[in-house]
Amino acid sequence: MNKSEYLFEMEEFNLPEISHLNRRDFLKQFGGGIIISFSTGEFFPAQAQQNRRRRGNQYPTDLNAYLRIGEDGQVSCFTGKIEMGQGIITSLAQMLAEELEVPLDSVDMVMGDTKLCPYDGSTTGSRSTKYFGPPLRRAAAEAKTVLLQLAAEHWGIPEKRLLVKNGIIIDKENRNTKISYAQIVKGKKITRKLKGEPKIKHHSTHTISGKATYRSDSLQKVTGDAKFAGDIRLPGMLYAKVLRPPSHGAKLKSVDVTAAQNMKGTKVINESDLVAVLHENPEQAEIALNSIKAEWIEKEYNVDNKTIFEHLQKSVSLSNVSAENGNLDDGKKLAAKSFESIYLNHYVAHSPSEPYTLVVDVGTNEVNVWASTQAPFRVRSTVAGTLNLPVEKVRVITPFVGCGFGGKKSGQQVEEAARLSKLTRRPVQLAWTRKEEFFYDAFRPAAVIKMKSGLNKSGKIIYWDFEIIFTGSRSSTPIYNIPHYRVTSSRSKRGSGPVHPFNTGAWRGPGSNTNVFAMESQTDIMAQTVGMDPLSFRLKNLADERMKRVLKAAADKFDRSFSKGPSGKGYGIACTDYLNTYLATIAEVKVDKKTGEVKVERIVCAQDMGEIINPQGATIQIEGGLTMGIGSALTEEIQFKGGKVLDENFDTYEITKFSSAPKIDVVLIDNPELAPQGCGEPAITTTGAVIANAIYDAVGVRMFELPMTPEKILKELKKG
Amino acid sequence: MVKMYDFFVNDKPIKLKVEEERILLWVLRTELKLTGTKYGCGEGFCGACTVLVNNEPVRSCHFLMNETDGKKILTIDGLRKNGKLHPLQQAFVKHDALQCGYCTSGMILNAYGLLLKNPQPTRTEIIQEMEDNLCRCGSYNRIVDAIQTASREMKGGVK
Repeated sequence: MNKSEYLFEMEEFNLPEISHLNRRDFLKQFGGGIIISFSTGEFFPAQAQQNRRRRGNQYPTDLNAYLRIGEDGQVSCFTGKIEMGQGIITSLAQMLAEELEVPLDSVDMVMGDTKLCPYDGSTTGSRSTKYFGPPLRRAAAEAKTVLLQLAAEHWGIPEKRLLVKNGIIIDKENRNTKISYAQIVKGKKITRKLKGEPKIKHHSTHTISGKATYRSDSLQKVTGDAKFAGDIRLPGMLYAKVLRPPSHGAKLKSVDVTAAQNMKGTKVINESDLVAVLHENPEQAEIALNSIKAEWIEKEYNVDNKTIFEHLQKSVSLSNVSAENGNLDDGKKLAAKSFESIYLNHYVAHSPSEPYTLVVDVGTNEVNVWASTQAPFRVRSTVAGTLNLPVEKVRVITPFVGCGFGGKKSGQQVEEAARLSKLTRRPVQLAWTRKEEFFYDAFRPAAVIKMKSGLNKSGKIIYWDFEIIFTGSRSSTPIYNIPHYRVTSSRSKRGSGPVHPFNTGAWRGPGSNTNVFAMESQTDIMAQTVGMDPLSFRLKNLADERMKRVLKAAADKFDRSFSKGPSGKGYGIACTDYLNTYLATIAEVKVDKKTGEVKVERIVCAQDMGEIINPQGATIQIEGGLTMGIGSALTEEIQFKGGKVLDENFDTYEITKFSSAPKIDVVLIDNPELAPQGCGEPAITTTGAVIANAIYDAVGVRMFELPMTPEKILKELKKG
Repeated sequence: MVKMYDFFVNDKPIKLKVEEERILLWVLRTELKLTGTKYGCGEGFCGACTVLVNNEPVRSCHFLMNETDGKKILTIDGLRKNGKLHPLQQAFVKHDALQCGYCTSGMILNAYGLLLKNPQPTRTEIIQEMEDNLCRCGSYNRIVDAIQTASREMKGGVK
């Protein structure tokens, strides 16, 4: 991560206050068995460390996960990571089972419980497998070493005579002599901290990791047994509804809660900054909320979704170079042909299937919280801070989370629920309605990319000047072999006031969605100008053999010939490097010239993410990203007027539906020598460009603004 | 006004005294503690709350208790019989036709409603009938595959 990206996405590393809990404190909560503690180090990138030191925060730097082999032989992994559909509940268990040599179903993943699991920053950024996986493997290898030592001592034979299979240690010279892990650990309490680099298995010997494996949570999810935060039922629990402003920045002028106070069984909280009603059933709480009469003074923001791009460009007061090569002036002198374009994208919402929900139970000795969050430790800090309690008094449990995409962290709803539980002395559930979810969502920021590029006489890209305005710089380093390039990140100075009238934040593939849309659209424009097809032009300008391989794999699977655009075929290509996951996406679209409507017929995506832990899970993540990305490419746009968010539900905010899902082919590139990289986010970042390029190829109109709605396409078509 | 309602939920007869303006989704989730049916959007746009009422898929988020009297309601919590998964549930598992799982209950119930009417639907018919059930994770193709598999498994004999 480069510096500007860090500044934009600091939220991801904006670590909460936590006190130092040492290893002994954690170990107290476990019974007998073998426990290996380890650290992933992932939440200590250099920038975050600096930030952390500045704030004087202390973290248990020696560990952030545990592996336990219980006296019953059950293997548990305790991690602050959470499961929101991305499938690490299965893939991390595969990595562990493989290394420890136990059956997959003997592994239990204990996730996102702040009492049982050591600190973790958040489940974001496609980082779980990449950063958590390798130390998990080493911890499992360490545990296996301990178990083998114990068995060797038990029988009085050298360790090298032992082999292990399915959690059973066998004496190679006398195959009837065997002992299970459960038998060995019985009555023992051994704790080890993972040090150094125990030898792990070579991928060629794997039988569990690397094999396509079904989700381990689907049985619970198809029966309705899977618990989400809103499914928690506590005795005496009240459902809370909070009075919401009509627009961001609005101040409450007057409020009359008399009608609600007169409603049977309704509790009313009327504080200067929190007006809420609570009832034992959610409909009555809603009725009580609707009876409140409130007057608001709304804040004037002179911006809406029509004027936002002008507003953003005017708000720039600071630029810095985030990546550079050669000298742009030299490059421009060498150019035979230059290109200049501006690319735009609107705000988009996370729209998780499950709106943010939490239950807070403020008890006499401790506070229990169930939250649909990607950052349980951040929720813990918010609750502890709100109630002025030490964090040890707050336990956050993360049940299954119904989508996240970067949108589910902590926030004012967490403070509100904590206060309401304390004030009412009852467990309180605060579940956002869909309207609240849209209103308070931290949208993917609207952004502008200004781009200039040039080709030399032989049709090679000679310079590339890329200015990112108001989004992150992830994926913005050119993937092509360009002698002279510069990437600039522009934004407003700190303290110069809010630019966006509402919250913005990380959205699946932060920064990259915008950047790749611009980079790969521009690449197509250059290809067309020199009369080359988009595949040959890319291969000509790529020097990176790994990227070439990925692109060729996608093209092979697509199995159609490309021609100079617009060919009328409707084929588009886009490739990118997302935090060292390489991918190439090819789409085929049909455009209705009468209506401007686009139907994505087919998508092929080839991805090289290094070693693949669960090919099935990886395939599904790629399919899901591409499917979701069709919505953000074609229909999703937050409409707003000042601080008022006009989209309140799925009638106006259109996400991908059944009929818009294309045929999808995923090609997983075999590259096991490279350590596992990320998979949840990369695919979606290519969808804007690949569809834009396919639209151009189909009907010859170049779209510079996402989403590419029928109206916009029709307008371009009419220009001829 | 509080009224007594007589209806069936997952084959069990239920007698419940609740206010008539209460909504089926919340009565299921609170009074009856059947939390398999989910709130997604509250206005019938997403389908996460789909249940069957007399074999018809309905959006329980705006289905009033007043309309339930004497009716048979089926929720995801009652689809598994004697510990055995329904063919639709099996097919969703077999196709990994879910990710976060939040929309899954509604998907399965809507698909069940479809198969009751049309036991062997074409792919196009499945897409038409499922169109207004939303899956943000993007499992649509797998869900269509799962419904086709379930339809074949059931050989037209929908139970």
